[in-house]
Amino acid sequence: MIEAMALTKRYGSTVAVDDLSFTVADGRVTGFLGPNGAGKSTTMRLIVGLDAPSSGRVTVNGCSYHDRRFPLHEVGALLEAKAIHPSRTARSHLRWLAQSNGISPRRVDEVLEQVGISAVARKRAGTFSLGMSQRLGIAAALLGDPEVLLLDEPVNGLDPEGIQWVRRLLRSLASEGRTVFVSSHLMSEMALTADHLIVIGKGRLITDASVEDVIAQASANHVKVVSPQSAALRSLITAAGADVEADADDTLIVTGLECREVGIIAANGGITLYELSRQEASLEEAFMEMTRDSVEYLADPNAAGSAA
Amino acid sequence: MSTAETVFIPATAARKTLPTPSPTRQFVAVLRAEWTKLWSVRSTLWSLLVTIAIIVGLGALFCAARVARADHLDPGELQNFDPTGFSLNGIFLAQLAVGVLGVLVMTSEYATGQIRATFGATPQRNLVLAAKVAVFMVVVFVVGLVACFTAFFIGQAILSGSTRFHSASLKDPGVIRAVVGGAMYLAVLGALGIGLGTILRRTAGAIAALVGLLLILPILVNFLPSPWNTDISKYLPLQAGNNVFHTAAQSNTDLSLWVGFAVFCAYAVASLALGAVLLARRDA
Repeated sequence: MIEAMALTKRYGSTVAVDDLSFTVADGRVTGFLGPNGAGKSTTMRLIVGLDAPSSGRVTVNGCSYHDRRFPLHEVGALLEAKAIHPSRTARSHLRWLAQSNGISPRRVDEVLEQVGISAVARKRAGTFSLGMSQRLGIAAALLGDPEVLLLDEPVNGLDPEGIQWVRRLLRSLASEGRTVFVSSHLMSEMALTADHLIVIGKGRLITDASVEDVIAQASANHVKVVSPQSAALRSLITAAGADVEADADDTLIVTGLECREVGIIAANGGITLYELSRQEASLEEAFMEMTRDSVEYLADPNAAGSAA
Repeated sequence: MSTAETVFIPATAARKTLPTPSPTRQFVAVLRAEWTKLWSVRSTLWSLLVTIAIIVGLGALFCAARVARADHLDPGELQNFDPTGFSLNGIFLAQLAVGVLGVLVMTSEYATGQIRATFGATPQRNLVLAAKVAVFMVVVFVVGLVACFTAFFIGQAILSGSTRFHSASLKDPGVIRAVVGGAMYLAVLGALGIGLGTILRRTAGAIAALVGLLLILPILVNFLPSPWNTDISKYLPLQAGNNVFHTAAQSNTDLSLWVGFAVFCAYAVASLALGAVLLARRDA
């Protein structure tokens, strides 16, 4: 379990993490989401004591990270996949990590096997692709068989097979009762992996809820209706007080009404329907909507090409 | 095999008693980790081989040149000749290889970002610094012993080829201390490199500071009027420290041998102390 209490981190005048409080429970995968620059990585560094908070505190399983002498037995973290000396082999890298925490050298070969890089264990890490480095980073996180796992963007650079592997791994680790805290800026990825979401923007907490709740709350939920008499239907729906947008010639997108209400309106007006369906907002859309106000770098759609 | 029942132990149940090592046990673990780190990059072996080659090679070269010019030496060059220190003069160049390697022990971790893995595994940062210093000083001391004794024996064998001056033997007063002193000088210099690397975190800056302190500062101080120049320069690291690998003082303005070596050590201790304070205060 990870508990952040009013966690705040300032770098000069920039506030990277702003009064952030949350709890990451064990036994499930908790997704940590936010646009680039939202403060996800800073929060992860605060959890493992690499950065000191400006105020507030964070504990892992009830105690501060600094109070542990062999922390890898309890907390495993993947912060930056490429943060390995390039001329050291994968095996040597894991070996010194194991030694520093009194972990048996047998574990090194076990985790290399587990992440599927045994074949390149004696190759220098500088020759690794980003995907291989990610696997090595995950191996390092698993080394001490920890109860709590922190993974910062673990699927970055992985191929589709690797992404699926990470998903299965995270789910199985959580099902063993471990705390799995995984950050991403890709909502779609989290939709497939996480049970619970903590969403931050500009260092502040936006949402702390289950994946289903986040989707349900999204106002982007709407009804799609296809009819050969779309113009007539449109005026009837507008009269009922809902918003309508024409998507294609005979397709309307309705917000503010449920399927059955649209169906009744159409029947009363004697309008033929080809299709009537509820469109659930994707997690991606829900996320974009939530974080729209806190995106650090927003492209101006009007600016494209105008300079030419 | 009668009631063969597979007992499934979930990972959580197996994960039980977390290790709570004593500080000593943790330090031993960190020492082993730092030992592995040091030897699992190629540059370590190469730098140390270069160090030996320079000390032995340059020492032999200087001795051979002296023997070749034996009949043309000034009376001044023949007076107060220190054959032991002369055969160890390669240290003046080799110290750069050792100092740079010491800098890299720390800065390569910052350059690659690996420092986060290091401090994530051992949140007691000063313990990591202590382990790095201990491992590196021992390695450099042993390498220094090999290099200095080899350079001494080869140098004396060459110097004995001329009758114009004498060569030294290990039985002569101060000789063993000077040869072992060469290894001590290099080990302390390595610690100074680690200290500068810890303070500055960047390889280029720390190497510049090391070279500036050892080689450039004496040149600059020399431009001061006397007696300021000699009064100050005897406290600079190279001049204070180098008498430990000679059997006779290099200059009559120098500090006495052990006082000088203590001053030299003080530079390393001061850099490590400042590094330790910064290490605890800064974000990694």
